[in-house]
Amino acid sequence: MRSMIPEDYIYFDYAATTPLDPRVLQVMLPFFSQNFGNPSSIHRYGQQAEAAVETARETCAKILNCQPGEIVFTSCGTESNNLALRGTALANRQSRNANHILVSSVEHHAITHTAEQLHRVFGFDVEFLPVNRFGQVDPQDVAARIRPDTAIVSIIYCNNEIGTINPISEIGEICRSANVPFHTDSVQASAYLSLNVQELKVDLLSIGAHKFYGPKGVGALFIRKNTPIIPIQTGGGQESGMRAGTYNVPYIAGMAEALHLVQSEREELSASLTLMRDRLIGQMLEEIPQVQLTGHPTQRLPNHVSFVFNQVDGNLLLMHLDRVGFACSSGSACKTGNPEPSDVLLALGLSPKWALGSLRVTLGKHTTPAHIDLLCDNLPSIVSKLRA
Amino acid sequence: MSGGVDSSVAAALLKEAGYDVIGIMLRLWTEPGDESNNRCCTPDAMAIARRVAARLEIPFYVIDAQDIFYNTIVKSFIDGYMHGITPNPCILCNQLIRWDFLLNHAFNLGAQFIATGHYARLQKDDNGNVQLRCAYDLTKDQSYVLSRLNQFQLAHSLFPIGHLAKTDVRSLAEGFNLAVANRPDSQDLCFLGNSGYREFLLRHVPSTKKPGPIISKYGEQLGTHDGLAFYTIGQRKGLNISASYPLYVLGKDPLHNTLIVGPASDLGQQILNTRDVNWIAGHRPTLPLRCKVKIRYKAKPEWAEIHPSESDFLTLHFDVPLRDITPGQVAVFYQDDICLGSGMIF
Repeated sequence: MRSMIPEDYIYFDYAATTPLDPRVLQVMLPFFSQNFGNPSSIHRYGQQAEAAVETARETCAKILNCQPGEIVFTSCGTESNNLALRGTALANRQSRNANHILVSSVEHHAITHTAEQLHRVFGFDVEFLPVNRFGQVDPQDVAARIRPDTAIVSIIYCNNEIGTINPISEIGEICRSANVPFHTDSVQASAYLSLNVQELKVDLLSIGAHKFYGPKGVGALFIRKNTPIIPIQTGGGQESGMRAGTYNVPYIAGMAEALHLVQSEREELSASLTLMRDRLIGQMLEEIPQVQLTGHPTQRLPNHVSFVFNQVDGNLLLMHLDRVGFACSSGSACKTGNPEPSDVLLALGLSPKWALGSLRVTLGKHTTPAHIDLLCDNLPSIVSKLRA
Repeated sequence: MSGGVDSSVAAALLKEAGYDVIGIMLRLWTEPGDESNNRCCTPDAMAIARRVAARLEIPFYVIDAQDIFYNTIVKSFIDGYMHGITPNPCILCNQLIRWDFLLNHAFNLGAQFIATGHYARLQKDDNGNVQLRCAYDLTKDQSYVLSRLNQFQLAHSLFPIGHLAKTDVRSLAEGFNLAVANRPDSQDLCFLGNSGYREFLLRHVPSTKKPGPIISKYGEQLGTHDGLAFYTIGQRKGLNISASYPLYVLGKDPLHNTLIVGPASDLGQQILNTRDVNWIAGHRPTLPLRCKVKIRYKAKPEWAEIHPSESDFLTLHFDVPLRDITPGQVAVFYQDDICLGSGMIF
């Protein structure tokens, strides 16, 4: 299929996914041809493939500052979130009758829908923490709501819709004192922030490779030793019984390389992106009437810009931006044309009329100042055209 | 695009002809809970339309038209029945939703035309006016539902399959390798889903069920009806009157909630009146004018003479009496295969 995408098309949706780093591709390739063995096999093909998986595990563990045995490879961030939430909740109910789950009201659906199922099907008492107008959780709120029967607390590190960074280590401290397992969905944070699980004071942490220039189809979950948790995917004994399924060797190797590269380059990348981010935010807030920045102005991801425009249809906005040559996204847009204001935006206290006009612009490695210029040149006129 | 074979092949032909094509699907209103039964905008239909667009390598977007569709089309449908007429929402939808709401979106996106899979043809006459003509495949001709459009709308329209037979359209779909929805060409209204219009009306306007007298044209009460909306002109069944000869619905009097019935010999009417007349050429032709007229989508065209009446009303004198002239329906005028325009029967 010939590409529908013209040469000068500008990608502004790095929060949705990122292009594969060519260096990562090179690391992955040998595992499709020469080194194709199943790591669970006894023979040398298996041993060699296993070595690659274990090297990848060590790389990830070093970056997260944990033991290799505390890294479990999964198929994606969503699976990691499912394993963290369902696996820990069920295990803690078993071991100490814990029946309460505490999550924020601005989680990714991988957490909220899993929590809802845990309530509906498994009978857990699920509580959603309120957030302030920036979408941040107050650690004191966590302290107030944690109970003796709380099975797990899960608070997103950085929200994908509004970019706000949560005070994870403070919350971790509170959960630790209460002896309650603490999980953070770190899928959006991985390319920009520290994943040091000791500093973050988390017991579980999810990542997904395709958000940090790795391939789609692989992720990982950090599980601190001695955290009660049961597997949600059972079968052969891979990952010490924590996650069955033949190892996706090339992708695991790719993810480790991608994580290594992005974390070693993250400070430089964050600095340059922050400059472009702030220029875009400042210029649009000045030029476009009836607009708000959603999320915290400074405690936000370096690459993340999110607005709401009053009286604008988010779907139409994306369509027009696509026609002009920009790939962006929106919390309220929907491929089936049935716009629903996003839960996250409503949780911030926005009215549906504002929330339906949301726009998310996320920058990345290949974003240039010229791209920002072009967007600044075009966005105001598109917004006013849609308001006419 | 609807995911159906007609709009899919229309898109394919335009792409092949070198047009810069954008595929759009409108999300129209369905009764909440009945989304999968809407004839057009089910999630499945959307997925199929999206696949067709991907196969054709054209962008595809869905535009939300639920509110405007409900507020213009569904509301006027309900209002029509409340006022004792039998509305045609499809004609209104073309006029207000496709060729107004959607046309504006199309212009906003930088497009020059909207194209559909309608079976109809367009041709420029010697004066540069656009003519709306019947489709090549007369069994599929949809010029009737396009008869309320004007020169501006038609000048910005394309009907790529109007010159093809339905069987050819299906072959082309195969040739283009398009996995289109295998839906039968239904005549039912899209937003009714699985209901009939009676159940729909009862659900949305419970006062539809308003019994009243059935009378003869002389005023004699013969029985009781369940609610005027449930009856159509020319209807024979369901009257629940014992008489020595069949009785037919002749008319409705909404003011007195009365249904008027009579024998078959009373049914035929040779004169009908129309208002809200649309002349496609943009101006009224010389009247009186002799032409063929369809008083329903599926009616046989009948010869009539069009006369001017007060204001911009028209009176149509038919050669033979017609039995089911129904207020609210649209009378469409044809000269050979050219659709001259239409008026609302009242």
